Amino acid sequence: MSTDIRMAPLSDIVRPSDRGSGPAPTKIAVKGLDFHYGSKRALENISVDIPANLVTAFIGPSGCGKSTFLRTLNRMNDIIPGTRVKGQVLIDGHDIYRPGTDVVALRRRVGMVFQKSNPFPKSIFENVAYGLRVNGLARNRAHLQARVEESLKAAAIWDEVKDRLHESALALSGGQQQRLCIARALAIEPEILLMDEPASALDPIATQRIEELIYHLKATYTIVIVTHNMQQAARVSDQTAFFWLGRLVEFGPTDKIFTNPAEKLTEDYVTGRFG
Amino acid sequence: MPERLVPHFQEELEQLKTRLLEMGGLAEDRVRSAVEALVERDAPLVERVLGGDGPINQLHIEIDSRCFKLLALYQPMAVDLRAIVSAVKINTDLERVGDLAINIAEAVRRYLRHAPVKELIDIPRMADIAQRMLRNALDAYVRRDVPLAQGVLNEDDTLDGLKTQVFRELLTYMLQDPSTIEPALDLILISRHLERIGDHATNVAEDVIFMVSARDVRHHAGEVEA
Repeated sequence: MSTDIRMAPLSDIVRPSDRGSGPAPTKIAVKGLDFHYGSKRALENISVDIPANLVTAFIGPSGCGKSTFLRTLNRMNDIIPGTRVKGQVLIDGHDIYRPGTDVVALRRRVGMVFQKSNPFPKSIFENVAYGLRVNGLARNRAHLQARVEESLKAAAIWDEVKDRLHESALALSGGQQQRLCIARALAIEPEILLMDEPASALDPIATQRIEELIYHLKATYTIVIVTHNMQQAARVSDQTAFFWLGRLVEFGPTDKIFTNPAEKLTEDYVTGRFG
Repeated sequence: MPERLVPHFQEELEQLKTRLLEMGGLAEDRVRSAVEALVERDAPLVERVLGGDGPINQLHIEIDSRCFKLLALYQPMAVDLRAIVSAVKINTDLERVGDLAINIAEAVRRYLRHAPVKELIDIPRMADIAQRMLRNALDAYVRRDVPLAQGVLNEDDTLDGLKTQVFRELLTYMLQDPSTIEPALDLILISRHLERIGDHATNVAEDVIFMVSARDVRHHAGEVEA
């Protein structure tokens, strides 16, 4: 395990249920969200408050709408023809579906990491530098280099690539490619990081690294993760939302969802008695 | 400082261990105080023991809840799984030791209403052994030290022997002078409670051996090599 991602002193380590300081502030507030693919309703009246600087996991069986919902949070569904959205998604109080919203700026604030790592066929350095360049975020060469290094460090991959920054990103292992994609997403300093099954294509060791990385990253970012893997949701998240047939069945502290869910349906799902 | 991190699993385990040790320390303290109150005939100390089991009870609940969450959220395997299951059991044993300290203090409170039956020799010795067993069992837990845990199992016989000796000796006092029956019975009860504390320390030691080596030595402890 690389050591650079374990940094929290014990006293700083608290689960949300352990804290005395009250609930975390809401970063994303979703109100009455419906989503249609053509005539098919994929999400029905979803309302949820996603807290800042915590990890929120979406779980549920295939086709339950969890990935669709994730993609509504940075309007990634816009690129799919025939889709319709109703309701509100407020980030820091501003509705991202309000007409006139700058979607490019939105996606800069709400970064995304996908199931399959998708590095550009460029060097490791250029993969991370790309977003900084196209967004005009680098003041000069030195600044660009510093930001690339920072991002690679934040994604816990710096030590593994620092001596070969100009080699092709495609030569990295699957787990490294995924961390590179996380570095690429972090480079443009988003506030929110959406992760759609970020570890499902990785072996257990690479998965563990991603999970530890998620622990580390939430100090700086609000993280929302979709996962098929219930155990992963249990391990990494503070809050868990259970989706079923396009509905949000239950949302609450992860320890509650996995030890004493309020809904029978959630209990059936987490205990594997589903269907 | 930005925000908090969810603990890494190993850090959680470390915290669990720390809390369990705290609980062990409290239990041991209370046994020591109860016996000291007997030897020094210190009535205020008896009352302090009787009124002071709040922290231990709180830890009992907290530790169980930590174990419960760790099992649910991390699905631990192998030595991690054994460590958490052992912690649940050790927690119960330590809480019982705390209760036995109360039982001892209750007997001491009654005993102090009478003149001393005799000079106390074996009971303080039993208390020393019981506390040492408890301490060693917890040290063995922290250090994952099987030989130390095995040593705790071996000491249990000494404690049992002393209890029998206390009983026999006090029986002679009671036969000679029926007015000593009431206080002597309390001393017998105290020795019985101390012997039970040794049994709980033995349970902890058995759990340590299970945690470290996955061997279940309960009910046939003699088969384990030191």
